[in-house]
Order: sequence, then C-alpha cells, then structure tokens
Amino acid sequence: MTTATLEHGPAGSAADAFDPRSEGQRLIKAWYADLEQANERRQPVANVFVMGNAIEILRAFDFKLVFPEINSLQTGVRKASEEYIRLSEDYGMSPDVCSYVKADVGLMLKENRHPAGNIPKASLAIASNMCGTFIKWAEIWERWLKTPTFVLDLPGQRAAGWQVRPGDAQHASDARWVEAQFTELIARCEAITGRKLDLDRLAEIEERVNRMVFHWNNVMRLNRACPAPYNAMLDGLTFIGIMNVYRGAEEGVEFMRRLDEHLQAKVARGEGRVADEHYRLIFSGTPCYVSMRRLVELFETWGGVFAYSDYLTFAAGGMDATDIVYDTSRPLESLAEVTALAAHRGLSNQFFAHERLAGQIRDYGADGVVFHGIKSCRFVSSGMADTREYLSRRLDVPTLYIESDLIDPRYWSDAQIKNRVDAFFEALHQRGGGPVGRKANEERRASA
Amino acid sequence: MTSRIQYDHERELELVLERCHAASRDAAITAADALPKGFTGTLGHFPVYFPEEIAHAAGLLPVNVLGGGNRLEMKHADARMGSFVCSICRSTTELGLNGTLASMAGFVTHPICDAAKHLAGIWARNFPDQVSQILYLPQNVNTNGTVRYIAAEYQRLRGVLEARVGRPIADDVLRNSIRAYNANRALLRELYRIRRDEPWRASCTESYLLLRARTRMPCEEHTALLARALDAIRRRSRLAQDKPRVVFVGGFCEQPPLEMLEAIDESVDVVDDDILVGLRFLTDDVPPTGDPIRALAESYVERSAASPVQHDARKSKEGYLMQMLHDAKADAAILTAAKFCEPGLDDQLAWSKHLDEVNVPYLVLEFEEKMTSFEQMAMQVETFAESLLFALS
Ligand code: SF4
Ligand code: SF4
Repeated sequence: MTTATLEHGPAGSAADAFDPRSEGQRLIKAWYADLEQANERRQPVANVFVMGNAIEILRAFDFKLVFPEINSLQTGVRKASEEYIRLSEDYGMSPDVCSYVKADVGLMLKENRHPAGNIPKASLAIASNMCGTFIKWAEIWERWLKTPTFVLDLPGQRAAGWQVRPGDAQHASDARWVEAQFTELIARCEAITGRKLDLDRLAEIEERVNRMVFHWNNVMRLNRACPAPYNAMLDGLTFIGIMNVYRGAEEGVEFMRRLDEHLQAKVARGEGRVADEHYRLIFSGTPCYVSMRRLVELFETWGGVFAYSDYLTFAAGGMDATDIVYDTSRPLESLAEVTALAAHRGLSNQFFAHERLAGQIRDYGADGVVFHGIKSCRFVSSGMADTREYLSRRLDVPTLYIESDLIDPRYWSDAQIKNRVDAFFEALHQRGGGPVGRKANEERRASA
Repeated sequence: MTSRIQYDHERELELVLERCHAASRDAAITAADALPKGFTGTLGHFPVYFPEEIAHAAGLLPVNVLGGGNRLEMKHADARMGSFVCSICRSTTELGLNGTLASMAGFVTHPICDAAKHLAGIWARNFPDQVSQILYLPQNVNTNGTVRYIAAEYQRLRGVLEARVGRPIADDVLRNSIRAYNANRALLRELYRIRRDEPWRASCTESYLLLRARTRMPCEEHTALLARALDAIRRRSRLAQDKPRVVFVGGFCEQPPLEMLEAIDESVDVVDDDILVGLRFLTDDVPPTGDPIRALAESYVERSAASPVQHDARKSKEGYLMQMLHDAKADAAILTAAKFCEPGLDDQLAWSKHLDEVNVPYLVLEFEEKMTSFEQMAMQVETFAESLLFALS
C-alpha cells in the first residue's frame, strides 16, 4: 500500500505509456494534499481501516477519507517510522503492540504532522472487528481526540470448510445484521453532515466500485501468467493503495482500467517482472515497508517473483474473494450483502489460511510460500507457524518463514534474512529447481 | 465449643477449596464415559464469555480452557506459534498437541482478539475430529438488531451442538440450564459482595479457586460447592486487617498464577477484580421464561460486565474501572496485563493515564501464566501497600 518504494522491473516496456508506479505516486500525493485542507474547508473527515469499512456510504456524504494504516506505513516508507514509534513508546506504549498503532500515537503526539502532510482531525471513525486491534486503536482516538467511533461488526468465517454462498441462510442473516449497522451509520453521517443520504449517489459510487473490482480481478488473474507481469509484493502495494484510497472514485476506476490494459499488454508480449523468472512464490503476511525493496531484491536475484500475496486480498477489502457485484438497483441491501460476503471470504479467512493458500498455490502455479511473521500483527502472524507446518507436512509445499516488522526498522536483520532466503532457494533448487510452478502453468495451458 | 465450631467451618472451607483446587489443577479432560450423569461429552471454550447454558443443555460439559499455567512443559507449541503470542494461546495449543484435550468434543473461541481467533484454525488443522468454531459475538452491541444477531449466532451454535450430540436441544431443557446457571450466578454475586463488604472473610486467592472450579465441573455441582463455601465464609470469625482496599484488573483472559494472587493478598484486600470475568459476565438472572436463546442474547447486551476485549459504547474502559473502584470503595487499583496481550496492554496504559488524572493510586504489574518467581512482585505490592497506608493515615 505504497508507491514510494516501487521501482520498475528490468522487463518494463518503454513503449507503454502508462506507468503504474508514477501514476500511483501522483494519485497518493494528490490525496494527501486534498486531506490537508479538509478541516479548514470544514469538510467532514472519517478515519477508516482497510478491512471492513463503509467507504461507499462515506463517499456518498462527501467525507474525506483518512486511512490511519496508510499513514503509519507511509512513515515507514519515508524512513520516519522509528521516530514516531519511539515517541509513543516514550509515552508509555508497550513494545509488544502493533507498530501501526504506535506510529499513529506518535503522529498524535506530533499534533498530526506527518511526513506526507498534515492529517486532518476526523469527525467520525469506523472500526471493524476484522482485526481486533482496529477497535483498540479507535478507542485511543475516542479517548484522546474524542472522535466519535462506529464499530462495524462483521461476522466472519466461523470454521474450516465454511461454505457461504450468496443468498443462503447464513449469508442472509449476517447481511441483515450488517445492514442494520449501515442504517445506524447513515443516521450518524446525516447528523454530522446535515444531509440526507442520496441513494442514487450511493448507487453511482457502487457502480464505480464494481468497475474497479472487475479490473482488479483481471489484474489478479493476469499474474497467473508465466512469467508474472508484476511482483505482488512490490507493484501490488501500489495497486492496493489506489484500490483503498480511490475506491468508488472515478480516478480509481481509470487507474485500474489502465493498469489492466497495461498488464494485458505485458502478458501478451511475454514480459515478466523479472527477466528470467525461475521461481513463482506466494507471499503470506504483511509487508515490511521499511525494507520491502530490499526483501524483494533478495528474491529476485534468484529469479523468484511473488506471483500472489494474501495481502492483496485482505488489505484491499477482500472483494475479489466474493463472486457478486453490487446490485445498484438496491444499493443499501446490496452493500450489506457484498460486505458480509467479503468479510467471510476475503478478510476473516486469515484465521483458516491453509485453505486459501492451498488454492492460491494451485491457481498461481507456485513453487513455494514465503511467510512473513511479525510481532506487530497478530492478525496475520499468530497462526502462521502452524499453517506453514500444515502446508509442508500435508501438502509437501516448500515454505520459508522470515520475521521482521511492518514499519519498525529495529526488527530488520539483513544478514539473517538473506541467509534464510538463500538457504530456501538452495533447497528449492535441490528439489529439482523452480519449475514446479512452470510445469503447473504448462499443464494448465495445455488443458486450456 | 465455640472454637470447635470455628474449626469446623474453617475445615469445611478448606475441604471445598481443596476440591476446587484439584478440579482446576488437573488439565486433563474427563473422558466421555467417566463424566457425571447427564453428560455425553465435553465442550471446550476459550475466554472470555461463552453461553455455557447451550452446551449444558446439549449434554456437553462446558470446560473453560485456560491454558497450562506454570507447570506445563512446552514441547510442541513453540514450533507452532510465534514467541510474540500470549502464553494462554501458546499453552492452550500445547495442551491440544500433547493430547491433554483430546477427549473434548469440540472447542469454541471468540473474536476477543486475533490470537484467540487463530486458535480455531489451529484446532481445525490439528484436531479435525473436534468441532472447532469461532462464535462471532459482536463488538457492536449498541445498534438495533444486536440481540437478533446474537440470537441467530447462538441458534447456529445450538445447531452445531445438536448435530454433534445427535439430538435436538429442547427449549425446556435450555430453560432448565438457564435456571441452573442463574442459581450459580446468584452465589457468585454473593461471593463478590462479601469480598466487597467484608474482604477479610475471603481472599482473592480463595475466591479465585472457588470461581475457577466451575471451569471443570457441572454447574449444579459447582453451585452446591459454592453454597457450602459461602456458608463457611459467612461464619468465619476473622478480624478485619488494616490493609488497603484495592481493585485488581487485567485477569480477564490469561490467568494470573495462583502464587501471584497469594502475594497480592498478603499486602492488600482485593475488593473486586475481573479475573475470569467471563464466568460472571452476565450480571443478573437470565429470564428463565420465553424464548431461551433470545433471553441469553438479550442478557449479553443488557445485563453484562465489561472487559478490555468487548467494545460497548456505554462502557468506556476508564468508566467501568472507575465504577468498580467506586462500588467497591477501593483506595487504589492494581493494573495488570498479560505479556503480549495487546488489548490488555493498551488498556493498562489507558487506565494508568486516567488514574493519574483523577489522582487514584495504582500499581502496574505485567504477568505471564508461566511465571514461577514472585518475590519481586510481592515486594512491589508490599511497598505499594505501605505507601497507600501511609497516604491514608
Ligand atoms: S494488528 Fe495487523 S491488521 Fe491489525 S492494525 Fe496492526 S498491522 Fe493492521
Ligand atoms: S490474553 Fe490477551 S492476547 Fe491472549 S488470547 Fe487473551 S485477550 Fe487475546
């Protein structure tokens, strides 16, 4: 979810007019610039998280959107996170809690002065239960800044092998609960803005989200090609950033459309992110924003590319995991239905990650899975070692486990991580090279 | 004669406490064929709150799985859970992997935090024969429709358990379970009232042992034990000691070691606490008539306690701590958090900042269930108590 760490792969085409990296950077910069004036212009501002929000409703009320997670990761990208984190630890925060929260507390202590610009004060915060920390985080805003908070409770996947289909009894029941909450949220937004919800406006926004998701799904699928046209854990982070920040906005639709086109052209030309793709990998977990370029480099020097990452699903809102789009003739009901389904399939399934990863290994013809465990984020990390054990033992999938942090540079140990990455590739090589994934792709192509 | 009666009551309490201690010390789960009459299996559940009545009515003995304490040797879980995860999650995983919990029919966890939710995945991957579920109790209890949603979730759980035991759970049976738990809750309220009003009669450690015993025995048996204990406690002829009155918070999920509570009892009177708050989460009787599922759901919203892992706009974290202090006429607070417990650590800080503002003395302690050395903690509490007594005198 960044743009500042990105660089082109060696196989980028100069002829292609669209450069996702610079366009992404431009859009993120514009978004931050727009935020700076929000309080002075008396525009309503809402804090939202990437997993479980109601951006469509907020946009319909013209809320300016602040993503505290993106603010925190941007302190990492801009190499300023340590200062923010230390400030919060000096204030009393435990070293053992999420570093995103600590960076944000640091931001509050610095009176909202962020390296990307001043962050406006929010008139509303929406915290979902998809990550437990969201709620604790929002309680801090309630406490410090008196930000009114709405906890959006999204029922998730209850058990392994959980099959929820659109419209079935479980989905209908959960969607009803989500809709009840949206109804209350709308009343709150109406009270804050002094305006009634315009359902046509909501439908228009949903229509734009539908188009974004359509292209997003194409973009995800395009990386099944061999060689993969982009690195899911480097280029993919830009895509997620736009997917979140511009969700439901015309600029977001246009970015995704052009990205889709751009990647289709790359695939048609047989251009990959790395010149000589040798190993196709799945990345599981969150990035290490302070050292992402370095991490990716450690893999790419071996010809290893991250064809997919579960981060692309849960941190982009999980909508690619649903198989329904907004029915704009019933915008509110449909919003609840899609939100409930995305919570089941794209967000909370992190707790049963082995099921999803098994499918992704197959779909992306992956040679192995790289787990990035971090103390900061128990949402992704608590079950990781066990999931890894399951994949290695039951499915005989080669795996690598590395540890650092999202944005705390004190946890990055270059030599140690490099050793582990090298040992992983040597082991992969000894197993017969990387072409497990390639073979799977060839077979898929042949059967097609 | 008088001294014999006193001795008898002390002995009675001692016997009950021994029984309670034995019940919770042994982590092994009773095999299905050795269970008390009326139960065909056990259902494990993780803190904080779980509607035990539904399992009870299904003939599954509810067992609150509370980790492995400080006597468990970790052989398997270290490789399955990062070192940054709290001890209760790691040792619960160990108890699963080492076979201690093998005879459970199932295990239910809750969205109290992300580490706890991951236990459902770990269970599913490693113990596929057990029912492994997340009961999605809501973090929003303030929107119209919450009760309906919780009722639907309880109904779903009921269906899962019915399928497991192979027979339906009749409403009447569920209502009987509710009555049984209401009787139990009433005695627990009385235990806590005594601790508030006459703290010299029952220490925090004793109260904890009495409460924790419910995690391993049928509610009715526990109620009978509690009645015996309360009778003995009421007849105790101990003298009030000159100790500061303190509220203890932070024991809502991972369990503070017994030795830690003993060390605290040495120096202060713990007049209220949140230890095992899930077992006392419903603060009043659940209506024993009408739709029993709805009655349970409504009680969760309208008649419930608070903890760091439940969000309720009506109960700010500072607000409910201040209420506890006020209701218990406490002089100070002991603010604990389990190591690596993100919600606990966040609230510990919030509480301490607030108590600074309102000038209430407090002591911050971090604990881990696997701690084995308590001398330093005992000294900290002693010094804290002395400073309080000095300030109060
Ligand atoms: S715990 Fe993980 S998912 Fe939750 S806020 Fe922190 S980084 Fe994000
Ligand atoms: S002790 Fe804290 S972190 Fe651990 S399971 Fe309980 S609430 Fe979660």
